[in-house]
Amino acid sequence: MRVVVDLNRCQGYAQCCYAAPEAFELRGHEILFYDPAPPEEARPRIERARLACPVRAISVEPAALAGEDAP
Amino acid sequence: MSEKPGIVIVGASLAGLRGAEALRRGGYDGPLTIVGDEPYGPYDRPPLSKHVLAGELRPEATTLPQLYPLRARWRLGHPAIGLDRPGKSIRLADGSVIPFAKLLIATGARARPWPGEGAGLGGIFTIRGRDDATALRQALTAPPKRVLVIGAGLIGCEAASCCRDLGLPVTMVDPNPTPLARVVGTLVGETLAGCMRRAGVDYRPGAKVLSLAGEGGRVRRAHLQDGGAIETDLVIIALGAVRDTAWLAEGGLMADSGGLTCDGTCRALGRDGEPDPDIYAAGDVARWPNPLYGWKPMTVEHWGNAVEQAAHAAGNMLRPEDPQIYTHLPAFWSSQFGINIKAVGLTDGADSVAIVQGSRAGLRFLAVYGRAGRSIAAVSFDQARWLPAYADRILAGAAFPPILDAIDQSRIETMAPGFPGPRPGPAAKLQPRESAHV
Repeated sequence: MRVVVDLNRCQGYAQCCYAAPEAFELRGHEILFYDPAPPEEARPRIERARLACPVRAISVEPAALAGEDAP
Repeated sequence: MSEKPGIVIVGASLAGLRGAEALRRGGYDGPLTIVGDEPYGPYDRPPLSKHVLAGELRPEATTLPQLYPLRARWRLGHPAIGLDRPGKSIRLADGSVIPFAKLLIATGARARPWPGEGAGLGGIFTIRGRDDATALRQALTAPPKRVLVIGAGLIGCEAASCCRDLGLPVTMVDPNPTPLARVVGTLVGETLAGCMRRAGVDYRPGAKVLSLAGEGGRVRRAHLQDGGAIETDLVIIALGAVRDTAWLAEGGLMADSGGLTCDGTCRALGRDGEPDPDIYAAGDVARWPNPLYGWKPMTVEHWGNAVEQAAHAAGNMLRPEDPQIYTHLPAFWSSQFGINIKAVGLTDGADSVAIVQGSRAGLRFLAVYGRAGRSIAAVSFDQARWLPAYADRILAGAAFPPILDAIDQSRIETMAPGFPGPRPGPAAKLQPRESAHV
């Protein structure tokens, strides 16, 4: 699955890191490192991370679009 | 042709993708074709000079999510090379001709190649595309004896940071007194120079590489202007970006290596200065008059602009009877040497800077820049949560410095930001701005 974080918006609140620690990691004071291509089985946690973000910086490709509409 | 021409987007990167999504989301139901010169679907470039070089992400993991059904016809691996405005079609490198009703140009930019002697040698890299990052990552694992980074802009600094994380010896050469000098000024740049040196980068400010020399077809050393030389077997060229717009200029649009000129509503201008009602541009390639900066024509080579301008241009394509002016406050982020650097606004022409939160000594601070008494930009080192408040004040053109009553503010001292003078040489005005994010 595909994920992108708008790092202009990200303020390092780290809520995603609690929701999906295998995919989101805070380094130093506020550098967010994330996996833009987590396995599909992580979707529930990734989705929780998206919903937990207080600045709405996380975008997740809907399952219905994955692969179907790709070039 | 079995169907009538629809909307064609040239450029299959971030701006092209977000523009396509905005068209569909805005109700466009006709044919949609997306043309890209690379064989890949849209991918995210910021990780290329960071986590991909570090080996933490596979290059193909950077593929961008699609957020809305596109029902697009993709023509990937085929650069557009011709524009027929009267005939309303574009021509691709494979000879095929694609008619359009409306066209969105989102072709971005490419890395400026090494302009000096030795350009054809092996071991010389730029970082812009997925293939560049894949090849450079491969070469870094060899490993090289010494990496030479030419250019201390954002990409050069990020690459140097990655190479040090990998334990590789790194020399960085740049003509300015500090890294990011044209972006943040030398006062703030000096703080980054300190981080760089502590991380073990052999940083050579005020120096210039004249030529690269090789043995057996591979780079071996760089000759400096001062007569010195640096032994190196891997060179990263980080000298900003140029835009491939010759095909647009030949097609009758106002375009050069600095961008495709548009009006305030993202419509491309013809050579006569009149906007073409059916051709729009967005992202790194688009040079438009930004009302926030006195309608000064500018290109903004940042991620956020690609997203916002593409969506804005798409809206205008769908509602040409009511075109909206595109207003944008530039912003970028970068992570390097363990620090999250973020900025809003443009520092161009700044005459003062003040550290308004934290301290440079503590490596956590927010610097705000002023010009003629107005706040024009802010740069954060690990102080991102303050940035939105400053962005609001900058947008409003607030007095400098804009916030004086924050609870942990110490006495605010206004200093000179220390921006380098104009670039030397007759070609100075053609030089691209410092590239930000690939």
